[in-house]
Amino acid sequence: MNLPFSIRFEKRTDDVPKWLPAATAIGSVVIAFLISGIVLAFIGGEPLRVLKFFFEATFGNWAVFSDTMVKATPLIMIGLACAVAFKMKLWNIGAEGQFYAGAFFASLVVLVPLVPPDAPKVITLGAMVVMGMIGGAIWGFFPGFLKARYNVNEIITTLMLNYVAIFWNNFWIFDKWSDAGFQMTPTFPKTAWLPRLADLAREYPVFSGITLHVGVIFGLIAAVVMWWVFKRSRWGYEINLIGDNPEAARYAGLNITRNIILVMMVSGALAGLAGMSEISGVVHRLQEKISAGYGFTGIIVAWLAKLNPFAVIIVSILFGALIVAGREIQPAGLAYLLQGIILFMVISSDVLLRYQVRIVRKEQETV
Amino acid sequence: MEDTPYAVEMKDIVIRFPGVLANDHVNLTLKKGEIHALLGENGAGKSTLMNVLAGLYKPSSGTINIHGETVNFNSPKDAIAKGIGMVHQHFMLVPTQSVTENILLGLDDPKFIMNLAEYDKKILALQDQYGLKVDPTAKIWHLSVGEQQRVEILKTLYRGANILIFDEPTAVLAPQEIDDLIQTMRSMVAMGKSIIFISHKLQEVTAVADRLTVLRKGVATAEGISIAGVTREKLAELMVGREVVFRVEKKPQKAGDVVLSVESVSAENNKGIKALNKISLELRKGEILGVAGVAGNGQSELAEVITGLRPCTGSIKINGEEVANQPPSKAIKSGVSHIPEDRTKVGTAPNLTITENTIMKNYGEAPIGNGWSINFTEAREYARGLKKAYDILAPSVRTMARKLSGGNLQKVILAREISSSPKMMVAVQPTRGLDVGAIEAIQTLLLDQRERGTAILLVSEELEELLSLSDRIAVIYEGEIMGIVDAEGADINELGLMMTGTKRSAQ
Amino acid sequence: MNFEIILHSGLATGTILLFAGIGAIFAERSGILNLGVEGMMLLGAMAGFSVSLSSGNAWVGLLVAMFAAGILSLAHGLVTIHFQADQVVSGLSLTFLGTGLALVLGEGLTGQNPPLIPDVSIPLLSQIPFLGPVFFENHSILVFVGYLFAPLSWYYIHKTRPGMHLRAVGQKPSAADTMGISVYGVRYFYTFVGGCLAGLAGATISLSVSPGWYSSQTTSGQGWIAIALVIFAQWNPLRAALGGYLFGAIRRGILDLQGPALLFGFANPLYVNSNLGFFLQMTPFLLTIVALVMGSRAAARKRLGSPAALGVPYVRGERGH
Repeated sequence: MNLPFSIRFEKRTDDVPKWLPAATAIGSVVIAFLISGIVLAFIGGEPLRVLKFFFEATFGNWAVFSDTMVKATPLIMIGLACAVAFKMKLWNIGAEGQFYAGAFFASLVVLVPLVPPDAPKVITLGAMVVMGMIGGAIWGFFPGFLKARYNVNEIITTLMLNYVAIFWNNFWIFDKWSDAGFQMTPTFPKTAWLPRLADLAREYPVFSGITLHVGVIFGLIAAVVMWWVFKRSRWGYEINLIGDNPEAARYAGLNITRNIILVMMVSGALAGLAGMSEISGVVHRLQEKISAGYGFTGIIVAWLAKLNPFAVIIVSILFGALIVAGREIQPAGLAYLLQGIILFMVISSDVLLRYQVRIVRKEQETV
Repeated sequence: MEDTPYAVEMKDIVIRFPGVLANDHVNLTLKKGEIHALLGENGAGKSTLMNVLAGLYKPSSGTINIHGETVNFNSPKDAIAKGIGMVHQHFMLVPTQSVTENILLGLDDPKFIMNLAEYDKKILALQDQYGLKVDPTAKIWHLSVGEQQRVEILKTLYRGANILIFDEPTAVLAPQEIDDLIQTMRSMVAMGKSIIFISHKLQEVTAVADRLTVLRKGVATAEGISIAGVTREKLAELMVGREVVFRVEKKPQKAGDVVLSVESVSAENNKGIKALNKISLELRKGEILGVAGVAGNGQSELAEVITGLRPCTGSIKINGEEVANQPPSKAIKSGVSHIPEDRTKVGTAPNLTITENTIMKNYGEAPIGNGWSINFTEAREYARGLKKAYDILAPSVRTMARKLSGGNLQKVILAREISSSPKMMVAVQPTRGLDVGAIEAIQTLLLDQRERGTAILLVSEELEELLSLSDRIAVIYEGEIMGIVDAEGADINELGLMMTGTKRSAQ
Repeated sequence: MNFEIILHSGLATGTILLFAGIGAIFAERSGILNLGVEGMMLLGAMAGFSVSLSSGNAWVGLLVAMFAAGILSLAHGLVTIHFQADQVVSGLSLTFLGTGLALVLGEGLTGQNPPLIPDVSIPLLSQIPFLGPVFFENHSILVFVGYLFAPLSWYYIHKTRPGMHLRAVGQKPSAADTMGISVYGVRYFYTFVGGCLAGLAGATISLSVSPGWYSSQTTSGQGWIAIALVIFAQWNPLRAALGGYLFGAIRRGILDLQGPALLFGFANPLYVNSNLGFFLQMTPFLLTIVALVMGSRAAARKRLGSPAALGVPYVRGERGH
């Protein structure tokens, strides 16, 4: 075929147009939905009906929207946790474990108890927030230390600690703090419950049954803080520099070891905060299953949001919706598949940020 | 196939990359049995042109004839099949494999089972033929740079190359080794080979070439002219396009107090081999101490132990304060600036903006640093000031560092390092890979600092540069100082001897 | 606690890690890091199980399992080799994809009974005292395949021409490129090989060693352990095999520790409180971390370690590699 022009893929020479990263992100999601729909049709499902159901079940009315936001809440914090680690090219796959660690440490406040049971709500909850973040930070510290000191691959260490955290949790809820032999602790006293809109049902009946809780505020505050850290703070600059070129950072006198550990601890702390938010705002007890795979979904959230804290909020809402809808949609693995396709599409589309398509007219060759 | 005196004819070659025209209608011919020099400054397009001949790139347009036959190379294998062999500037050798394995890489024989012992013998025989000695069983990372180059050459000869391309072969050699290489080239030509020799060094080219082609910014300013009767000045003009001044203005200056004192320092390199062996030297205020030596003799490690990037034994004092084995921040606080050897891997962060790169060392200080935050408006002002003062060509200070040319990137680094008003500078290969304009600018900046009293340790592989910039020159060989001479009136032969291991006799 | 049983079991479950680990070694030696092993293993487990069920032939299931995982890994190859995307994230997406596909397509497979890969005993060898019954009696055919596969892989990588080219591409792709070797071709090929072997490992689980389909519990993290094993094995197939067997034995040993009332003459705390078993279950994962630390320190000491170009996309003409 002898066309008067040729299509070339060339390395991009000018700056990436500002709209392109957002466009590729949105495009990836759309294509992922399309592919999942095709797979669904292939195994005998009805894609369009499922799609309609999806929107109804997640944004259809205030109640389900609240459900979506409740699911989005831990995702925001875990998305931020992954974002800060990824900015420094630390692959924290252990957010799930750090989430559980945070939940456990926060539960200690009630279970030991670390704070008298009749203490005011503010004290109890405050203690839980602190403990949750400490728990997550500890869980992030170990892989960080091993990486900083011995250059041990943090992907594996954080991942392994996920399993360890879950087994650790299981022991305490099956054994010492079990509620009459069930795999969960007794329900926490009301002082350990994060306030939710449903609490205001007496004054404002419209809020009755709305489960949206204060945890979402934690998430929003964390997003603002992380935005400031990334864009305006000295530490954020250091993270950027180390992530882009650790050799140069070392040459410039930055302490890489300290920063690796610090970033992993902050990342863990954010995930731990999500854990505290979940047990205190949603399940009100420590139990076996408190995470719907938030730790892993958070990775995709961070990547799709291109590590931008405010984009993390938006993407978290989308994925929160996926989780809410996914509870009802058969087959069970579809949500997982969808997430995988989205992530795959996002990284494939990154190529468009580096290369451009040029159509070159053949007569134009001679300069 | 016509009967032609030309081994290679490249006609009307155009090579275009996104955003740049690397070669613009270039013609190059290589006669059988000649040594043809391809001359031009860094970035002129010489390596690109030869990479086309070696089958690595396809030209956008133009034809190539080998021994009269028009060819179309789709891969390096095609070029090798036609008898073309390239000795690359940056060696294409696998460090963890042996000499024999590297030579056998990519061939069809032996087909499956690698019985290396048999091939070791074959390679020894080949070595005898051409006088290129190296142990076939040795792993590449154990070999010296000169030995590695011999392996590169053997690779081409083993494949029966009769057209050889040498890309900047002398960059990593001592003067005596350069003479050996020239001898080798002459004997190859006597055996019927034809050679293209890429270089930016005029004196070597005039010593060995029969004909020359000069490239400037992708265009041939001289095509296949005979060496007879061409002056160095004329060549320089062809290369750069204007009259070139060979020496920068260096005012005589008396050195002040000792700023840097290195005493009996030993250190290992990344492979665990001793790189510095109880080395000692002194650097004074307002002087440039040049460090001459063949690459791999400890220069990089010397710079690294002084700037805190490598552990060592012994003592390193800056203005009386011990800095050995302290983190880089200590050296920086002691007033040491460092222009690193690798400007992209160490000196800058590629995806950060010019602004972010210039504040790498002072982002904690007012007015840029403000408690826990950074005032980027101030930072950009600061960067803009530097951009103007140092004539850095870029669309804006928000441009990412990886978009800058080598020369401009180096200026960013120098701007940053100089503006901290250092007491001492360690500059390692500061002009490597830059075009003449950038080289002049950098050298002027260094001399400027010297005048202001900064003590400068200048490591360079270009003897000419060391001679014109330094006050004293120290020669390093296998981690030891062979001798220190005054740059004024230094004898190149003596320097060359020291560079290859002869200690300077006590005076 | 019968040591012979523990060893025997270790050889069987270790074979799973052997296949996945050596597959990863091949891919990483060419310079491509593929973290999607867990997903591809699960996909292989499901595909093998499912196809064996529908075709009535376990070997057909095995082959399809290998092929399916191999094809999926090519997607990773395309994105990392041609598009030069980040290999870590691409591998993670593969984990999600493989797992997701396996879970979706594997709906309804739990509880089914397809034909399995048979166990055999090797006649003469199984009569050797002590070692015979452990190594050669009543093992899946795949275990014996594993015995041969490890040394053959080692020989291939270190003593043959294709192995030399593989090593060159992973160490210094520019050298291979200029000598006419197709860097992209080599990398695609070994990425595919790595995927096939991960699929084989998965099918080994569902069709042989731990038969059945238990959704995501089928692999329960073994893919990740295999990746860690590669570092511990310093990219050497023989060490990977040994490491795999060792891990397998430890996992069995942990299970057996929970059974008896008396342990080495002392009261067995696990017998008293079965919940303590959770700590034992942590052990393989903690041990993986220990193995990884050991492997990383060995690499630092020997200064050689991973293939130099691992994880770095190759672009012709770019400085560095």
